[in-house]
Amino acid sequence: MQRREFLKISSLGIGGLALSGTLLYEFFNSANDETDGELHRFPTYCEICFWQCAGWTHLDKDKKIWKIIGNEDDPHSNGRLCPRGTGGIGSYYDKDRLKKPLIRINDRGKQSFREASWEEAFDLIAKKMKDISSKYGPESMALFHHGSGGKYFTNLIKAFGSDNIAKPSFAQCMGPREVAYAATFGTGLSSPEPLDIRDTKCLVLIGSHLGENMHNAQVQEMSDAIDKGASIITVDPRFSTAASKSKFWLPIKPATDIALLLSWINVLITNEWYDKEFVELNCEGFDQLKQHVQSFTPEWAFGITTIEPDVIVKTAKTMHDASPAVIIHPGRHTTWYGDDTQRLRAVAILNALLGSWGKRGGFFIPDKASLPHHHLPAYPKPAWTWKDTVDGKYNLVDLGLANIMVDASIPKKSGDNSKVIKGWFVVGTNLINTLPNTTHTLKAIQNLDLLVAIDTMPMEITGWADVILPECTYLERYDSIRVNQNREANIALRMPATKPLYDTKPAWWMARELGLKLGLKEYFPFKTQEEELDWELTQIGSSLKEMKKIGVKKIPTPDHYLYIAKGETIEFNTNSGKIELYSSAIDEEGFPAMPVYTKHPEPEDGFYRLIYGRAPMHTFSRTANNPNLTDLMDENTVWINPKIANLWDLKENQYIKLKNQDGIVSTFSIKVRITERIRIDSVYMVHGFGHADKKLTQAYGRGASDTEMITNVLIDPIMGGTGMRGNFVTFITETV
Amino acid sequence: MRYAMAIDTLKCVGCSDCVVACQTENNVPIGYCRDWIVEVTDGTYPNLTLENRSERCCHCTNAPCVRCCPTGASHKTEEGVVLVTHSDCIGCAACITSCPYDARYTHPEGYVDKCTFCYHRLADGLLPACVSVCPTKCLYFGDLDNPESKISEVLKNRKWKLLIPEAGTEPKLYFLI
Ligand code: SF4
Ligand code: SF4
Ligand code: SF4
Repeated sequence: MQRREFLKISSLGIGGLALSGTLLYEFFNSANDETDGELHRFPTYCEICFWQCAGWTHLDKDKKIWKIIGNEDDPHSNGRLCPRGTGGIGSYYDKDRLKKPLIRINDRGKQSFREASWEEAFDLIAKKMKDISSKYGPESMALFHHGSGGKYFTNLIKAFGSDNIAKPSFAQCMGPREVAYAATFGTGLSSPEPLDIRDTKCLVLIGSHLGENMHNAQVQEMSDAIDKGASIITVDPRFSTAASKSKFWLPIKPATDIALLLSWINVLITNEWYDKEFVELNCEGFDQLKQHVQSFTPEWAFGITTIEPDVIVKTAKTMHDASPAVIIHPGRHTTWYGDDTQRLRAVAILNALLGSWGKRGGFFIPDKASLPHHHLPAYPKPAWTWKDTVDGKYNLVDLGLANIMVDASIPKKSGDNSKVIKGWFVVGTNLINTLPNTTHTLKAIQNLDLLVAIDTMPMEITGWADVILPECTYLERYDSIRVNQNREANIALRMPATKPLYDTKPAWWMARELGLKLGLKEYFPFKTQEEELDWELTQIGSSLKEMKKIGVKKIPTPDHYLYIAKGETIEFNTNSGKIELYSSAIDEEGFPAMPVYTKHPEPEDGFYRLIYGRAPMHTFSRTANNPNLTDLMDENTVWINPKIANLWDLKENQYIKLKNQDGIVSTFSIKVRITERIRIDSVYMVHGFGHADKKLTQAYGRGASDTEMITNVLIDPIMGGTGMRGNFVTFITETV
Repeated sequence: MRYAMAIDTLKCVGCSDCVVACQTENNVPIGYCRDWIVEVTDGTYPNLTLENRSERCCHCTNAPCVRCCPTGASHKTEEGVVLVTHSDCIGCAACITSCPYDARYTHPEGYVDKCTFCYHRLADGLLPACVSVCPTKCLYFGDLDNPESKISEVLKNRKWKLLIPEAGTEPKLYFLI
């Protein structure tokens, strides 16, 4: 920004999963034209983050993309896109976009590619896939995906005969939460989370910094709640934006959240501040829980968390006074310390005790449209999946774990090629920056016979690919209909506002063309996506024509209820049919049925805990090169408390390097931001910067990568998530 | 009719959506902006306060930029909106120097540019782009002369402050506190 220094704010996330056995199912889905007067506007839903806000792409008089405005009928956006969505046009105008299919001509990672025709690229991929299949079996092909394009490649990979499919949004993000809620309430929360924030009387944010993460409708509703006088309680070692809007800010010592949560449970039970009627009717295991938390007094928690006992009691009373219109926010990026499922269980239990499930101002019961899909032949049954590589672990999870699939790409013993993954499709996710421990990811990549990357932008991961397939941006393509849960079931359409700027194609088309090459035609019954969308929409009494005019359609399910009545008993999808305060499913897996606090290591002298988060104008590394958004923020900074800065003689805006506990030094330097908003034992930085790909002319070398510093990965034994907050850094001041 | 804007600092999260929405709506070239975010932190850990606010031209009642403009390019409409007629502007930057809020910049095409309160939208009954995009709905826009308007209502019911009131410019940007 030329005239003003833009100031910083920050988030993470993603959606949809399925859990097995006693637990649940959820799917994700995604959405699209029309004229108003002389300007044209075309329906779309945003692809910059997983929130998928519906809006309109407007063209100017020269028929060039001008602006994107929210669709007022859309419950995700209510007509207001977030800064990233508003700046989404930058993803279309970005000069660094991938423009043609590319084939690697040198060793992996050397970044030497030649342009190729689509035909040649597909021939090469199909040949290598067949080679892999005949040598190792079709299961050795894997898919990592994020965003709308993934579902078409999911169909391709399944039709090919593999079920090794993962979204990093699960094991690197919301997985622990989904498993914890499924274990407690019999259902994960999915996306957007069914939180009745606009009517809440008390919102507790623990590990969620709304306002810095722009989960659009939630940020909007938090603002409504502030207007209505709701009490916000924020637990964060950092004075976040949300903390500054809160009645109570609890500056907790990092890694001690479970102790605070347990003592809140203790206070609610000891003072009888829980919803007795609700618990009696709907919960199982109360007596065990009461017994379990007896010793977790506020005084006990004070010694661990540094939060004063009276503050613990006062905040618990505030929750009680608001009950059932109270929400302990379940969070989104939940993979922190490896005991994350247990932490989120404690959050779920608190919500249960306060009786906020199915209540106005608490958790509403979401409604969701069902869109019939054309019947496809059954997929071949794979002989093995990633699950067979983990010796019976992670049984509560059915969704692929990206980190485990990476592990499965490295033979356990050299020469042992049984159950080893040899080919990757990577769709819309920059795995190098998404997964912790870059060195490990690169080791797996070096072992592959095929790596295909599908993206709109060159990224670290595309630099390692054998074949790069350039996708057109969401403003240039149709995609499947967005079908997400909300207060009212609704669908949204995404359609192109213009022809692709370059020789880029939609993922739908790529997957189908490859399918045809592989002899899998019967899995791709439609010739164009318009045909498929129109077929689907007609099944539910709409049409592509109608959706082009309105963009978003509400299809409320008859008899759907948002809230449950006081005194009503409902059936939960758990083993006992009740809300399980004592989780039988987790118990059966051999883990503590009720959350326990474990002490985590603290930084050694001269080291500081690395905390990372988000800025409202960026979505991970996806937007780091977006010209409109980098104009707002073009590098991250490392937040350092003035006392520590003084100790190290650091100056504001000085560039330093970071070194972690394992001796890893950041490739790039990062600017120092001296601020009281961070504790003396921690530093903070926004995730998604420090790009090493020179093809990203805006983002290359700007700021440092937190992912590089995350080499100590704390695996959640219950669900395999990758805890990333157990890393410590120190400063290297001499080199710049 | 007197147009004015109020910014609720208790709700603004400093997300910059107002900035990027203004840039796209008004084709502001990348690298420039008509509105911007200010973040003020006070205190020491853990006793802290933080104020976020979205700032822009204050459309001052007593506008120094209009007074000092040699060509009359900087002018005020009958609704009190301060505008620059690009074709009349010689780019002398006298207005830039006189503005206590640093609200103006020289456009790469040579003329001075600034917030227009989205004057082109007002005639169509649309709110300014920044107001209509703000996710926290913390921006209020309307007519001070109309006691029924939302802006009159919030200014009546809430505490507010002005920026640099001592400059005597009588700004029409109110910050709710
Ligand atoms: S929250 Fe923002 S980035 Fe995410 S989908 Fe909505 S507008 Fe796009
Ligand atoms: S869009 Fe609204 S919340 Fe965001 S910075 Fe601007 S005024 Fe503040
Ligand atoms: S009123 Fe219009 S011109 Fe002024 S800052 Fe807002 S969007 Fe920009």
